[in-house]
Amino acid sequence: MVVNYIYPEYEIVRNYDRCINCRVCERQCANEAHIYLSDEDQMVSDDSKCVNCHRCVALCPARALKIVKSGHTFRENENWSGKSINEIYKQAESGGVLLSSMGNPEDYPVYFDKILLNASQVTNPPIDPLREPMETRVYLGAKPKKIERDETGQIKNNLPPHITLSMPVMLSAMSYGSISYNAHECLARAAAEAGILYNTGEGGLHEGLYKYGKNTIVQVASGRFGVHKKYLNSGAAIEIKMGQGAKPGIGGHLPGTKIVGDISKTRMIPEGSDAISPAPHHDIYSIEDLRQLVFSLKEATAYTKPVIVKIAAVHNVAAIASGIARSGADIIAIDGFRGGTGAAPTRIRDHVGIPIELALASVDKRLRDEGIRDNVSIVVGGSIRSSADVIKAIALGADCVYIGTAALIALGCHLCRSCQTGKCNWGIATQREDLMKRLNPDIGFKRLVNLLNAWKHEIKEMMGGMGIISIESLKGNRLMLRGVGLNEKDLEILDIKHAGE
Amino acid sequence: MREGMFRNLSGCAMSGIFSKSGKRFSGKYIIDSISVMHERSNGLGGGFSAYGIYPEYKDYYAFHIFYDDKFAKKNCEKFLEEHFDIINLSKIPTCKTPEITDEPLIWRYFVTPLPAKLADSQLDEREFVVKCVFRINTSIDGAYVFSSGKNMGIFKAVGFPEDVGRFYRLDEYEGYCFTAHGRYPTNTPGWWGGAHPFGLLDYSVVHNGEISSYDANRRSIEMYGYKCTLKTDTEVITYIIDYLHRKRGLTLEEICSVVAAPFWSTIESKPSEERKRFEYLRCVFDSQLINGPFSIIVGFEGGIMALNDRLKLRSLVIGEKDDMVYVASEEAAIRVVQHELDKVWSPSGGEGVIITLQKGQI
Repeated sequence: MVVNYIYPEYEIVRNYDRCINCRVCERQCANEAHIYLSDEDQMVSDDSKCVNCHRCVALCPARALKIVKSGHTFRENENWSGKSINEIYKQAESGGVLLSSMGNPEDYPVYFDKILLNASQVTNPPIDPLREPMETRVYLGAKPKKIERDETGQIKNNLPPHITLSMPVMLSAMSYGSISYNAHECLARAAAEAGILYNTGEGGLHEGLYKYGKNTIVQVASGRFGVHKKYLNSGAAIEIKMGQGAKPGIGGHLPGTKIVGDISKTRMIPEGSDAISPAPHHDIYSIEDLRQLVFSLKEATAYTKPVIVKIAAVHNVAAIASGIARSGADIIAIDGFRGGTGAAPTRIRDHVGIPIELALASVDKRLRDEGIRDNVSIVVGGSIRSSADVIKAIALGADCVYIGTAALIALGCHLCRSCQTGKCNWGIATQREDLMKRLNPDIGFKRLVNLLNAWKHEIKEMMGGMGIISIESLKGNRLMLRGVGLNEKDLEILDIKHAGE
Repeated sequence: MREGMFRNLSGCAMSGIFSKSGKRFSGKYIIDSISVMHERSNGLGGGFSAYGIYPEYKDYYAFHIFYDDKFAKKNCEKFLEEHFDIINLSKIPTCKTPEITDEPLIWRYFVTPLPAKLADSQLDEREFVVKCVFRINTSIDGAYVFSSGKNMGIFKAVGFPEDVGRFYRLDEYEGYCFTAHGRYPTNTPGWWGGAHPFGLLDYSVVHNGEISSYDANRRSIEMYGYKCTLKTDTEVITYIIDYLHRKRGLTLEEICSVVAAPFWSTIESKPSEERKRFEYLRCVFDSQLINGPFSIIVGFEGGIMALNDRLKLRSLVIGEKDDMVYVASEEAAIRVVQHELDKVWSPSGGEGVIITLQKGQI
């Protein structure tokens, strides 16, 4: 039916004065948006196939290509946007749930952008990181309740298992399967090089990456794919994934077409079978069940590894976190509603969950009010876009942040948000051999290390400006923050003052 | 605006004199010492702490209290009577001087917790006293306990420290240790409670600096039941020291390794045992690390401790002569009371100097 025709959102503009018909664009586009007409010896494009990933643009030797937003429009309507109309056409045709990738792109407030940082003037000197030590090392884990001494009076080391990081950033969970082996290798090597940790996500750990174990967080999610004793013991920490910011309240689905070769082996499921992670863990229907899983995992690893419990930021996040802090978990990871994903139902991604800034502020406050903040460290993600976001998150009360999307962008992701198609032209969110090899791990991991180093420099500069030389003195230091353009309620929840106050 | 309603940043002068033999001397000397550093204060706050000054009441907590009016006094005394046996009460003797004005009612009580109340609370005696002090300071309007230790007292006011010393007739007291503070706040405090020293039980702190870790320190210490009502650095530092020393049982040396922790690079160069201890302390007490410039003198029963921030962003000098130890922001403040010194030196950043009475003294 013609009613199903949706005019492309983006148009490929080719400058024919420059095009040399080299056909690079054609070879590079897994979506087959570029076609060579041999009769006319001319390149043409099919805009409807373009996802705006910039692969062709970046590789065109003649700089003959650009992608522009289509000017095509429906009759203007403040209520019915073109997006809403098109989505209805799609659903009327397919009868299916709309799928999307990466984080919530909708127009909700980004609180990080309405928070400003402090700097020292006169009464207290700013510190120059080039001249003075500037420490960004972070420990994550629970704190001992009591100081114990031996018979000579020396303090006994009764520190529960913990993680040590060179800076308060970790690479968040992205499974092998949702992203390529090469992408995973980049994450693992970058974490090892930078002295931080990456996270396997729910896809198990490929044999080839066990050697990065001390920089690895192994995840246990509701599908329990790839979980076995050696896996649990191979990492530096274990994460129980209860939820994800991009899709709170639902599980995951990796289609059988992607369950091939090593992925099937690593996930420990037959080739071609769908990997469906249920919405809940079917052994966790309540907080006391979570406690049992936490201690099962600790038993399995002889109490040598900290256990992280990851939840999505939802309305009742403070109370949930408070329960987790009493469940034996060492670290709570909270994922905000902007958090990325390889695929999520669009309606869930765009309408469920709350901003991480508000979730973090209320969790940190609740844990302090209840006197249990020392039971756990707090890690937040979804979405941290720059070193400034890192600093703001720490000052609001986080111990550390998770970055996912930012790490992928460093590897070449152009945020075209088409991961669910499996045809990532940048070799990241794909299992196609020819596409995957476009991501060279030797180059990719270095780019990621560069990003981390750059952020570390910026973090030090901003800390120094505030007169803080050790990152722990920034943790929860909300006086270093001021809001701009926020209302009384926002400020109350964030527990910060307005600029000028 | 009153202290506590805003955050008041200050620069300062401080001084301390300590007799290791426990020999008691007049408060005159500390006034002489602090007055040399007149330029380091701006007349908006001065104060002293004095140890060993109440030997006849040494087993009782000496509460020094400011009252805004008689009504506050009445309410507070009612509370005190309900919780303590009051052995003695009197106005703190003062001497009117033109420089010190707007004084509140200033009273002193020697008290001991009522045994039945104490038993009911299931707290140890010192914790009981702390809880009562917090209760008065946060819920009895117009009453403020600014000194609550045994055999020691804090005396403070808005004014230059030498005037404050004369106002309180400090030269008439004899003790084995005095500390002093002259304040240079950036805003008018308008209230005497905001002057230094800040005290809790027998801990008193004078401080020069502005700590950049303030809110991290405040939020963590409030989780342990402390209430920061003044919003000053000194208040939070005092609570941190009380928490680490009294509640967590750390030694003063260990406290120095927490609040002015060695850098990781330094820690890594240490022998294994020491490294583990430093690492442990930094890791467990990360929120008690103090950042930004400070020099402090902490007084406690039987000793004092002087400490600088890790980068030594504030001055601190120690002088020794026989059994006397002098601590000050400037050497001149020491020389004026003891010209001949056996030893004079500046401790490095993060290097705590802890001086206690010789064995058997007090």
